Amino acid sequence: MHHHPEALIYDLQEKARQIRLDVLDMVYRRGAGHPGGSFSSAEILAALYFHHLKIDPGRPDWPERDRFLLSKGHAAAALYSALARRGFFPVEDLEQWGHLGAHLQGHPDRIKTPGVEMSSGFLGHGLSIAVGMALAQRYKGPRYHIYVLMSDGGVQSGVAWEGALTASKYRTSEVTVIMDYNDVQLDGAAHDIMPLEPLLDKWRAFGFATIEISGHNMRQVLEALDAALEIHSLPTVIVAHTTKGKGVSFMENTAKWHGAVPNEAEYALAKAELKGYQP
Amino acid sequence: MSQMPQRQAYGMALADYGDLNPDVVVLDADVSSSTLTRYFAERHPSRFFNMGVTEASMVNVGVGFALAGTVPFVNTFAALLTLRACEQIRTCVAYANTNVKLIGGYSGLSDYKDGPTHFAINDVALMRAMPNMVVVSPADNVEAAKMVAAIAERDGPIYMRISRAVVPDVFDDSHQIHLGKGVIVCQGSDATIVGSGSMVGRCVQAAAALARENIHVRVLSLHTIKPLDVDMIRQAAEETGALVTAEDHSVIGGLGSAVSEALASHYPAPVEFVGLNDTFAETGPDPDTLMDAWGLSVNDVVEAARRAVRRKTR
Repeated sequence: MHHHPEALIYDLQEKARQIRLDVLDMVYRRGAGHPGGSFSSAEILAALYFHHLKIDPGRPDWPERDRFLLSKGHAAAALYSALARRGFFPVEDLEQWGHLGAHLQGHPDRIKTPGVEMSSGFLGHGLSIAVGMALAQRYKGPRYHIYVLMSDGGVQSGVAWEGALTASKYRTSEVTVIMDYNDVQLDGAAHDIMPLEPLLDKWRAFGFATIEISGHNMRQVLEALDAALEIHSLPTVIVAHTTKGKGVSFMENTAKWHGAVPNEAEYALAKAELKGYQP
Repeated sequence: MSQMPQRQAYGMALADYGDLNPDVVVLDADVSSSTLTRYFAERHPSRFFNMGVTEASMVNVGVGFALAGTVPFVNTFAALLTLRACEQIRTCVAYANTNVKLIGGYSGLSDYKDGPTHFAINDVALMRAMPNMVVVSPADNVEAAKMVAAIAERDGPIYMRISRAVVPDVFDDSHQIHLGKGVIVCQGSDATIVGSGSMVGRCVQAAAALARENIHVRVLSLHTIKPLDVDMIRQAAEETGALVTAEDHSVIGGLGSAVSEALASHYPAPVEFVGLNDTFAETGPDPDTLMDAWGLSVNDVVEAARRAVRRKTR
């Protein structure tokens, strides 16, 4: 287990703040997007892209790089911010999100956007894709780790659990699933729409090692990512309890902000809250 | 006629090709003893992955293999592959343009004994409608075997359908295949019969029968339904004036539709369709009897050609 100094924690928290501010600007400017589930992923993405992942923005095709699959593709804005701020493409490109001819699509497109490992949009695909990558590298190499960020909605899909069966069969310890468990989906609370509990029991029954954290506690996120690398016989799921819309009071824990756009006053208020947010 | 089912020709060729190309991996959804990817599994066990009944996930696992630089052949019954995993194919193979080879076994009515749940009568329609997807339907065992290397060595998403049944031989071992290029099986000027898959042999038999009536038809074999060899179709329309399409598939969305779309844009001409007429068909005693009973007989092709000739205006 690595020691994570306070300065690193502080720096990554600021990166998460920048992701949220970028997402707010992008959704407001474009008049479309998914702020709630982007905000809930901010610390996880900051930890991955600015510390944990073995990546090189100058070489997006570097064969030994770690792979990150955004299975919850509706958090595209947060991913785009992380990629731009990490140097995969100019930050100014974020202003072109959704424009005709722009490389930033509504949901991630691996062909168009540097650093996007896999296209996504419809939920639930990432885990089984990651298993294929794990099995291929055992045969062909090189070795790398694969991270999949899933939402609670995605974990409702049958294909996700088919992927879990397969990960368990082949004991793909090369795969770490991070579940952004904000418990709010498009139509309402996940525990009302289609309950997932007892969720940790389900993952364990499907052959996964489980780690449960607060997905907004940067130290816990970093320690969980490190701990998953020490598990060599099983795939791991990090169940990260998060808050949909985290950082903006009126967006928190409400399905309304799954895919809504703030008006001018809401935008100003949200921006002020994000700038003042203290983790 | 070879007594070897087309699936066996494919399965043996895949195992052989595995010797030559170490990047090829094979996935199957608990039907390797039926698709005959079992031959590959026996010869290359470290590169064979049995996914059980997880068709949707299997396609995604194949996508992961492709993203990691291997060449996955993803196999199950054509109807299961293209229907149950349709969204995975759309999003993760076609849209993401991943190098996945989708192999649909038990095409058309060839799984005669299992009935309509197991028939694949709209797989070509579905796969043809996917941007980036190449759609292949080999005419016989020679084409099925040679297609393995051809599709493995062409980058990008490809769907290939393979019959469970013994299909008539059309070509000998000297036959060369070029993806996207049709094959003129025999020349003629009175009309053109365009066939794909297991219907090509029946089209050749129909041409022989028509010749006895002094109707001389051209027979085209299209192993590649997409991209369609538009030049060859257009030339046939110009030179013969009327066409018949014949396919072991619904008349909605398959070869006949593809040919008609091309003609409508480039050289309108009468077209008669031989295929399943918007029906699920039924269980039968053997593939040939079933095909004959449901409008896919040699005589159905002959009658369609006669109608096409009568409709000629130039």
